[in-house]
Amino acid sequence: MKRGRSVLNSKCPIFPYHEKPGKRHKPSFALSPPTDWGNLPYCIVLQIFQHLSLVDRARSSSVCRCWNDVFHMPDLWRRFEFELNQPATSYLRSTHPDLIQQIIKKHAQHLQYVSFKVDSSTESAEAACDILSQLVNCTIKTLGLISTARSSFMDVSQAHFVSALTVVFVNSKSLSSIKIDDTPVDDPSLKVLVANNSDTLKLLKMSSCPHVSPAGILCVADQCHGLRELALNYHLLSDELLLALSSEKHVHLEHLRIDVVSENPGQTHFHTIKRNSWEALVRHSPKVNIVMYFFLYEEEFGPFFCEETPVTHLYFGRAVSKEMLGRIGLNCPRLVELVVCANGLNPLDEELIRIAKRCKSLTAIGLGECEVTCSGFVEFVKTCGGRLTQLSIMEEVLIPDNRYNMEQIHSEVSKHLGRLWFPDMMPTW
Amino acid sequence: FVGVFTVFRGLSAVSTCSQSCSANPTLTTLFIFNAAMKNSDSMGVNTIHWFRKGLRLHDNPALRDSIRGTDTLRCIYILDPWFAGSSSVGINRWRFLLHCLEDLDASLRKLNSRLFVIRGQPTDVFPRLFREWNIARLSYEYDSEPFGKERDAAIQKLASEAGVEVTVRISHTLYNLDKIIELNDGQPPLTYKRFQAIINQMDAVELPAETIISKVIKNCTTPITHDHDDKFGVPSLEELGFETEGLSTAVWPGGETEALMRLERHLERKAWVANFERPRMNSNSLLAAPTGLSPYLRFGCLSCRLFYFKLTDLYKKVKKNSTPPLSLYGQLLWREFFYTTATNNPCFDKMEGNPVCLQIPWDRNPEALAKWAEGQTGYPWIDAIMTQLRQEGWIHHLARHAVACFLTRGDLWISWEEGMKVFEELLLDADWSVNAGSWMWLSCSSFFQQFFHCYCPVGFGRRTDPSGDYIRRYLPVLRGFPAKYIYDPWNAPEDVQKAAKCIIGTNYPRPMVNHAEASRVNIERMKQIYQQLSCYKGLVISVSSSYGESSRDQASLRFACTRASQRTLPQGPLFIG
Repeated sequence: MKRGRSVLNSKCPIFPYHEKPGKRHKPSFALSPPTDWGNLPYCIVLQIFQHLSLVDRARSSSVCRCWNDVFHMPDLWRRFEFELNQPATSYLRSTHPDLIQQIIKKHAQHLQYVSFKVDSSTESAEAACDILSQLVNCTIKTLGLISTARSSFMDVSQAHFVSALTVVFVNSKSLSSIKIDDTPVDDPSLKVLVANNSDTLKLLKMSSCPHVSPAGILCVADQCHGLRELALNYHLLSDELLLALSSEKHVHLEHLRIDVVSENPGQTHFHTIKRNSWEALVRHSPKVNIVMYFFLYEEEFGPFFCEETPVTHLYFGRAVSKEMLGRIGLNCPRLVELVVCANGLNPLDEELIRIAKRCKSLTAIGLGECEVTCSGFVEFVKTCGGRLTQLSIMEEVLIPDNRYNMEQIHSEVSKHLGRLWFPDMMPTW
Repeated sequence: FVGVFTVFRGLSAVSTCSQSCSANPTLTTLFIFNAAMKNSDSMGVNTIHWFRKGLRLHDNPALRDSIRGTDTLRCIYILDPWFAGSSSVGINRWRFLLHCLEDLDASLRKLNSRLFVIRGQPTDVFPRLFREWNIARLSYEYDSEPFGKERDAAIQKLASEAGVEVTVRISHTLYNLDKIIELNDGQPPLTYKRFQAIINQMDAVELPAETIISKVIKNCTTPITHDHDDKFGVPSLEELGFETEGLSTAVWPGGETEALMRLERHLERKAWVANFERPRMNSNSLLAAPTGLSPYLRFGCLSCRLFYFKLTDLYKKVKKNSTPPLSLYGQLLWREFFYTTATNNPCFDKMEGNPVCLQIPWDRNPEALAKWAEGQTGYPWIDAIMTQLRQEGWIHHLARHAVACFLTRGDLWISWEEGMKVFEELLLDADWSVNAGSWMWLSCSSFFQQFFHCYCPVGFGRRTDPSGDYIRRYLPVLRGFPAKYIYDPWNAPEDVQKAAKCIIGTNYPRPMVNHAEASRVNIERMKQIYQQLSCYKGLVISVSSSYGESSRDQASLRFACTRASQRTLPQGPLFIG
């Protein structure tokens, strides 16, 4: 391959100079003959390829040997997302099996940021595991196992899954981000993870992994002192875990996500976390985001928010009682974001106003099937003022009263927020 | 032959005739037909008005305009008999349509005219009619939907080849949709708020055209043969191949007459309530109201412009001349919004290839879809709604939200296209644009990005109708359950189920999904999609940043949401409005 002259820098046109029509005229900075797309410098083709989609790149690679070589340069294979779909269960296409084979053969060692997106068929999840098992000589930094519909990884045999995952854990040795929510990962695999990657692990997301125990996750917290982000279910949360994450050797925790899920009404008993443990965590990591997702029945909220809890982001996926919202106003001073899917038919004015007054960091709120009188809502917004950057209220939530109707509410609220605001609407036809 | 040729106009008609002469044996009947019609058709101006939607004589400017200077008028409706068999349109929709046609026929009879129902495809029917009836003019109401525009373009071509003048007028929408798009820099507004802002800039809505009454039509005749009913009569449901044994009376009778009566009732009720706010939802709202208007708007039995002006007049009367807010016309404007978004997008009813639709990895699950469609989900709230839909053809808009959410992003994670097809079959007021648009909206595939808001199939119903009477009405098998358990009967103790004579799992299905689990999983899925949208700045319940390596190389999302027009929105969070 002939390299172009020094004029081929970033300021120069990438493509060969067009000939003037009708005249045979040698362009001033032509490549040495023959002027040929295939003779473009590799670095330039590489740059172009980096802007192309995988499909376009793959097509381009069939054009000529040079472009084919570029297609296989390591830089283009650092990041890959395997999409595994079956026609019977998905409308989307799958990564071509030939391409997958090629990657395993030629590019396994280049892969650094890898994710697997699988549909709801067990077949797809198993295919993902098969690929994982073959990624032997690699230095993967980021790994994501993502179910795009049903949690199909849970249908894979636990042994098969665990052995595939362990291959990556053992071989990569520098894993920094791992997303394995909704998978049958277990305590022994976490031990393997820790044994090989404790220095590099920064992010671990494992919500809804039913085979992991509190001891298993505690092992991770104890050994991986660089852990900045953790997502898990409430049953794995313990005082010991919070203390381990707050030990001197541990870096500041940035993000802790906790899913609180109920199996059957009234059948799950939730333990409480001691106030001291929370305080230790916040003392150690003052900026930590503590995100809690609740999918509980109304009567199961008993153990929560009875004492001061440093939660910053709260999501209630089901109905939550007035009383609960009252407690949140009292005990969640760090609250930044609050989303309530449903409450009921009694106005939440009092509770909201208290939240506005006491949660001074609140910047985002979303309300679904609730009721708030217009006056109460205006009071709430006035108290929060301009700090509310996200105010997502379903139109049906606001109840007109003698002071404000629906037309007036939007201008009143816009005034207090300092920007134009409207409630969220749904089509009515 | 020469004698016959003098009947036809223009060379193009001659060439059409000579082409079809060799192939068309019915030309001989044409001779006889024309000989009989010579008096009325041969010398005068003969007009066809083609009813598609706009099934009314009030506010019908296309018909109104084409009557001027016409000697004979024939109002036709073209019925493709094969549609009935393919039943992507259910019996209630057909029955409603037939009612509309019968009503039109009755109204035309009062004007010494008749409706001509013609079987076939428009591209086959029109050349024949242009010749047979010696047509000089064709009129119809403008159809803004992509399929409609294509079909009409083909017909216009046929018309110009036959020397037929075409009169098209806009009256199915309040505004000229192309003007709305023009005002928004050539793109349809993708948010309702933006849409309202554009509406505020438009000229006033045009007044409805005067109703076609005897005075208007007095100079026209309609040549009616003695065998009109056999050849051109409105068919019955049985003739279309439907089984009508055991069919209950229509809850929503079709037709312009019914529509206008309902309009009066609707306005009376509003005036009596003297409250133009959105009515509070209660258990009665779920039932079909005699003031409901949506199916009539869809078929065009009721003019949206008439409705618009009557609402305006009423408001001004009750509120002493103050300017009506846009929210007064909510129902009409939503309809207009979806028509506008759809008019230039032939892929509007699909996910793939649709530039305004998020590519979401929905599940393919025909079994689960069937359970939903047939009201066998095991969730009484969902099943009752789907039963009402199937039996009557209409459900309240909040009921639609509930079942749409359940099917798509709430519980089953099935594609909105499947739900849209079921609604197309069963729902009286679902036309192409509004149905597809609403489904995209409710599944958070477009326009609306507040995916955190999920309707609970137990709680939502319970809060809407605590007594459970709605459930008992449409699911009689559950009548025996007390209000406490009727929304989640699987939680009822055995003795309660026995007393209700309904064992869950035997007489009524168990719930097909665990809602808490399904919604947890699905909210995560929606978050995954939205996190990857570079323009999304809404509530994300704290998206953790370090893992979010934007995989732009392989984005399976092709959502062009960064349109120049959206950036000119007034300052505010992107996800609102």
